Amino acid sequence: MKPVTEAIRFPRRDLLKAGGALLIGFAIRDAARAQEPEGVAVALGPDQPDPSRLDTWIAIHADNTATIFIGFVELGQGCSTALLQLAAEELDLDMSQVKSIRLESHTMPNQGGTVASASIARGGPRIRSAAAEARQALLKMASQKLDTPVKRLTVSRGVVSVASDPKKSVTYGALVGGKPFHLPYTGTAPLKSWREYKIVGARIPRRDMPDKAAGKYVHMQHVRIPGMLHGRVVRPRGQGAYGDGAPVLKVEEESIADIPGARVIRKRDFIGVLSVNEWDAVRAARQLKVTWDQPAALPGTAGLHQQMRGARTTDRMVLNNGNVTAAFDAAAHVVSQTYQGPYQSHAPFGPNCALADVKPDTALVMCSTQNIYDTRRKIAQVLGLALEKITIRYYEGSGTYGRSCYDDASQAAAILSQAAGQPVRVQFMRWDENGWDNFGPAQLADIRAGIDAAGKIVAYEYHGWQHNWSITETSQQLALGTRAAESPGPGSQEVSPFNLGAMYAIPNMRLVNHRVDGIRYLKGANLRSPLDVSFSFASEQTIDELAFLAGMDPYEFRQRNIRDERWLGVLNAVAQTAGWTPRRPADRSDRRRADTRLVNGRGIALGTHTSSYAAAVADIEVDRETGKIVGRHMYGALDAGLCVNPGCLENQISGMLVQATSRMLKEEVTFGSTNVTSLDWNSYPILRFEECPAVTAMVVQHLDAKSSGGGEEVMGPAAAAIANALFDATGVRLREYPLTPARVLTALQRRLV
Amino acid sequence: MANGVGIRVNERWWIVKAAPETPLLYVLSGELQLNGPRFGCGLAQCGSCSVLIDGVETRSCVTPLSAIGSRAVTSLEGLPVWYARQRKLPKPPVLTPVQQAFIDEQAIQCGYCYNGMTIKACELLSKTAQPSEAEIRSAMNGHLCRCGSYPRILKAIQRASQAAVGERTEEHRQ
Repeated sequence: MKPVTEAIRFPRRDLLKAGGALLIGFAIRDAARAQEPEGVAVALGPDQPDPSRLDTWIAIHADNTATIFIGFVELGQGCSTALLQLAAEELDLDMSQVKSIRLESHTMPNQGGTVASASIARGGPRIRSAAAEARQALLKMASQKLDTPVKRLTVSRGVVSVASDPKKSVTYGALVGGKPFHLPYTGTAPLKSWREYKIVGARIPRRDMPDKAAGKYVHMQHVRIPGMLHGRVVRPRGQGAYGDGAPVLKVEEESIADIPGARVIRKRDFIGVLSVNEWDAVRAARQLKVTWDQPAALPGTAGLHQQMRGARTTDRMVLNNGNVTAAFDAAAHVVSQTYQGPYQSHAPFGPNCALADVKPDTALVMCSTQNIYDTRRKIAQVLGLALEKITIRYYEGSGTYGRSCYDDASQAAAILSQAAGQPVRVQFMRWDENGWDNFGPAQLADIRAGIDAAGKIVAYEYHGWQHNWSITETSQQLALGTRAAESPGPGSQEVSPFNLGAMYAIPNMRLVNHRVDGIRYLKGANLRSPLDVSFSFASEQTIDELAFLAGMDPYEFRQRNIRDERWLGVLNAVAQTAGWTPRRPADRSDRRRADTRLVNGRGIALGTHTSSYAAAVADIEVDRETGKIVGRHMYGALDAGLCVNPGCLENQISGMLVQATSRMLKEEVTFGSTNVTSLDWNSYPILRFEECPAVTAMVVQHLDAKSSGGGEEVMGPAAAAIANALFDATGVRLREYPLTPARVLTALQRRLV
Repeated sequence: MANGVGIRVNERWWIVKAAPETPLLYVLSGELQLNGPRFGCGLAQCGSCSVLIDGVETRSCVTPLSAIGSRAVTSLEGLPVWYARQRKLPKPPVLTPVQQAFIDEQAIQCGYCYNGMTIKACELLSKTAQPSEAEIRSAMNGHLCRCGSYPRILKAIQRASQAAVGERTEEHRQ
């Protein structure tokens, strides 16, 4: 996106009036440039306020409340509460005195998407420093008003008082009078010491919870506007190969002639139906006869990893430390294995929904994107409008955990609205969402690791094969014939130097990425903790195998090989909370011999995404007759530096423990040679209530550290701990997940032969 | 097209224009503009669209309007009144104990599954005031959650069941 330098218009005026403010506009850009706190970058896009002005970040209202302009979206993770805690803390306001506004593409400078668990890590420092700077400015004004030096003033709940004479006081609201600060934002105000925190680090209840509980919360799926039509997309049930799109051979419009309110909109291969009545749109989409060219271009679920193995790849050495070859030659024990991970689906519980109102030269799109600026760019592409003509308004949808079909649904709504000249609401059907998702990519890995005679890991080598993320949304591909393209990466799309062996002090390491061209595969994108479930599944089982060869307990082996104190902190936290007792190889063979149908096992693992430190313990039960694994109790510990709201983070950890159990035991996208076939909750099962383990979530708090990610890091270790627990229970290791009853049973039977 | 079918939703009669084969979900969310029942799968697999019909949890996405007849439909919005009637309370609470317990346990993440979870939990507690953990898990098993909030939902239902009488609801509201 090209930054613009012209004067900023005042789009937030009305919003601020609603907040009780008398704010009358924003200063235009001046020469003063904000110093970026802690290197956090912002980009100025069309029609966005100037990041170098304090008024861009905070408004103080006449009623002594504040609006904090937050550029990150609430996804149920609680960031809208936690970011306000940071502001309230620095401003010396009560939580009841701070609020934010609905995020739109022109309300904030572009701080990127709410991705990579970075809303607190990236958004927090700026909000803190802006709040501190606002407080500094307010104290200066109070000093004049009260005729007292700043150092003799105290602030509580937005009331500035003279320390020696508390009756002499003035409120923030009275000081600013609801007017702008008209000050530059420099990022230089001193911040509170963590020793003074009252609100940061506290379990403040989530802001969004009461309305969600009362049924008053407006999810995207609830948004309605007068005169809107209901739209549905019409596509093959389940995507084929990414490069192929869905070429239409024939549309038989007469097939919906008995639904008089419904009509067909076609733009090249994009087909949609519209109706005033939602049910008519749903059944018209179902009933419309369309013939597509569906070439048998996919390898099918069973042939997937073999095709990846044989694919031409673009290779990159991600890490090469020490002398790996020599270290393997000298190692006392070496473990070498191949691992496979499936495609997995975002499968948001409520399929994506968007509402577009496209006029000849402007457009408003309401949607549940994790990145409103990226969505605006994609909408501009399908509408042929300039960015500044397009407003994206965010509404929370159903938990998406990465780029599900939200941009696809937004583009579909925009295309249909433009064609109809009316507002159009599109909701995907379950088969659209599951069938046309940007799946978490499948992975193939060769891993090798070795220890010396003392049980120290001396060599580690990981080769990973997977394709990158698709960047052409399906609606655009079909409507404009845009070529299927992939993100160049690397980001979280390739073999991870953060999660693969990084928690151990290993002198000789080699990580190699083998990028497969994804055009002949399924669409891919970031699914919560991208690739980490596959990485941890392979890597942490390998670590366990080394422990076994060293004759050591898996916890003790990790302790001995660990890299630093913070990794040790989470490892000890989880082991101690779970009441870990040493597990020796001998115990495990006894267990295997036991003549019982149900056997228990316990596993431990470490992992992360790109930052933070996580550890997990899994207690599972295995039915040796059916092969079914049930998670009994999952423990997760997470050190994300300064945790602003432990309640929210515990909820994230707890959710990750459950979701990781689901992904390790149940989830796999299936496909034949022409289409994805896992289109609903029967064919793409996720963990259910009766299968849900008990969970124990632990936050390892570091009030004096920087905040790092908190929404992804437990996925990998939790999943790997389950795989390690299977070995503990049965003596069997699986190299491919999900650990379905069929796979477990086959492995158990093979072992008996 | 049928013209003017009457249905009883949240203690009120409504005349709706939808054709009789229209799934109840689209009548509730479209014509009645209710936000409780919401589309999840359209296949009765997930519980997102659940309502109570004469006190029985029902998937509104596959229940045609014509099948309702004179039975009483209760959506999330109508739960406090339904609860008060069940418990013979003089006036409905602001939230049912189940809803309040969801807040007290901070059980919700994205909140999309919340409608079905709440409807089902209210049905369960109306039949079994003090369910065991196994009974709760079994009753709730047909309701899915993508965020993995089952453990906190379980705790919330247990908390609500411990609020044995509706009158105690006030004590829980802070």
